[in-house]
Amino acid sequence: MNIVVCIKQVPDTTEIKIDPVKNTLIRQGVPSIMNPFDKNALETALQLKDAYGGKVVAIAMGPQQAKAVLREAISMGADEGYLVTDRAFGGSDTYATSYILSQAIEKLGPFDVILGGKQAIDGDTGQTAPSIAEHLGATRLTYVLDMKVEGDKVIARRQVEEGIEVIETKFPVLCTATKESNKPRYATVSRKLYSLRCDIPELTIADFPNIDTTKIGLKGSPTKVKATFTPKRTATGVNIEGNSPAEIAGSLIDKLAEAKVL
Amino acid sequence: MSFETCKDVWVFIECFQGEPKSVGLELLGQGRKLADGLKQQLCAVVIGKDVDAAVKAAAAYGAEKVYVVKGDEYENYSADAYGHAFLKLCEKYDPNTILVGATVNGRDLGSKLAVSLHTGLTADCTALSVEEESGNVVWERPAFGGNLYAQILCSETRPQMGTCRPGAFKKGQPNPDNKPEIIEEAIPTPAEQIRTKVVEFIKAAEDQGMRLDEADVIVSGGRAMKNAENFAVLQELADVLGGTVGCSRAAVDAGWMPQSRQVGQTGSTVSPKIYFACGISGAVQHVAGMSESGTIVAINKDDTAPIFEVADYCIVGDLFEVVPALVKELKARQQA
Repeated sequence: MNIVVCIKQVPDTTEIKIDPVKNTLIRQGVPSIMNPFDKNALETALQLKDAYGGKVVAIAMGPQQAKAVLREAISMGADEGYLVTDRAFGGSDTYATSYILSQAIEKLGPFDVILGGKQAIDGDTGQTAPSIAEHLGATRLTYVLDMKVEGDKVIARRQVEEGIEVIETKFPVLCTATKESNKPRYATVSRKLYSLRCDIPELTIADFPNIDTTKIGLKGSPTKVKATFTPKRTATGVNIEGNSPAEIAGSLIDKLAEAKVL
Repeated sequence: MSFETCKDVWVFIECFQGEPKSVGLELLGQGRKLADGLKQQLCAVVIGKDVDAAVKAAAAYGAEKVYVVKGDEYENYSADAYGHAFLKLCEKYDPNTILVGATVNGRDLGSKLAVSLHTGLTADCTALSVEEESGNVVWERPAFGGNLYAQILCSETRPQMGTCRPGAFKKGQPNPDNKPEIIEEAIPTPAEQIRTKVVEFIKAAEDQGMRLDEADVIVSGGRAMKNAENFAVLQELADVLGGTVGCSRAAVDAGWMPQSRQVGQTGSTVSPKIYFACGISGAVQHVAGMSESGTIVAINKDDTAPIFEVADYCIVGDLFEVVPALVKELKARQQA
């Protein structure tokens, strides 16, 4: 089974702080990590390989430093890692990013299974993976908990709001993984050592002679950022005080009743 | 799709087993605002096997036109069938703007449509407006876990598309007398074109009570709950007020509560009448999911907790003392 996993390097959004004076995002010193949902996708890929054999290829798009998440993927068990990187790809929105990644997948493939996380924790759109499927014309299943192969069929369990759908489909299929899909494995020491010295080939625009350059980068992105701002918080709340919990409770209920909330 | 000819604001009314989900009706309220700003009509799109309930709801919540695609192949969502039907409608009627709920299936469908139509899609919008001079919708959304907000434009292609999370907006007042034009289109999707088949559905076991996005009162707990059992304290308050229990990511990560109960950027977005934040510090990720609540009550021992910056009523104290006292007082008053 040939499997490709799309991995994004993201800032650890739980570590981001706001500059209280400039009211901007402080990204300096914020650790970069593998998008947690992509780690679940990688685990799904490794489990498929454990069960059915084959090869797991990890790809990431981004600057040189994104190689770190590919090395991490290799340390967990991915066979190969490729960095898709070029100035011309910078500023891509989900449409352009998914187009570029679909080109990389076509170049490195064919693959039976394409995996990614259900969303990245920085952009939080959840759009890139299903959009890759659309560019490739592939079947897609989002929020997949697990999957197995029966003959020429793929049986996947998919988490939706109301419960779990059991879905039958065929290869090739693109799936996205969620936190509930699995618990990602740890790297072994020997894989870790290997990952530090193995080659991470790069794919640049020169590797895609047929790419439609009107669909990539900032210029090829149909959505544009008009402005960014940090959420303003102004404390306007009323303090509820009292000598005992009962008094505080009584006072709050009075206030809520006064405001006709209760 | 062309700038000159495209018109109207479309809202996808997603259904589950024939029942319209709340998010589509919430988006009709936002769609109305955009349609007024663009001086165009508000239209609903209903795709399904049994569509009557959804068509009726779309009418009541203000659609001027309802496009309906009916068929057995639309009983369950599939990107192939729904995408095919929706794209055919787009080809024929050329919409200006499309709003889709950011549900599991809505996000999937939105991506499919945007790529097929070579246009932009902005995810999880929390505020929508129209730039009058350009006719562009300004899509406002949080990023980086709610640490940053961005305004996004799709200024060069049409339709312009966005998804909004369930609960991010309130439904308007229904008007049962509203009579939209119903346009039924026969768009069959051949079976061989539908590459995924739902062979079984396992309904989620009803966890603690009602759905978060439908509750009027939510009592949420965070790290200070210390363990799973202590959530019973919050459940009692929720029960007295006819509400339900939620939690922050810290409580999910600790394994005390299921992810389905999580409020925040990676959980549910909620806007109940009253939101109780008990022992929740108020990380931006959490606040991004509950700041639109009608009234926010924060109970926290730490008087510097950022949750107090968004709360309407602030109680500096021990939730394990204050919450039981609230339950007792509310019960006493209800009996009086």
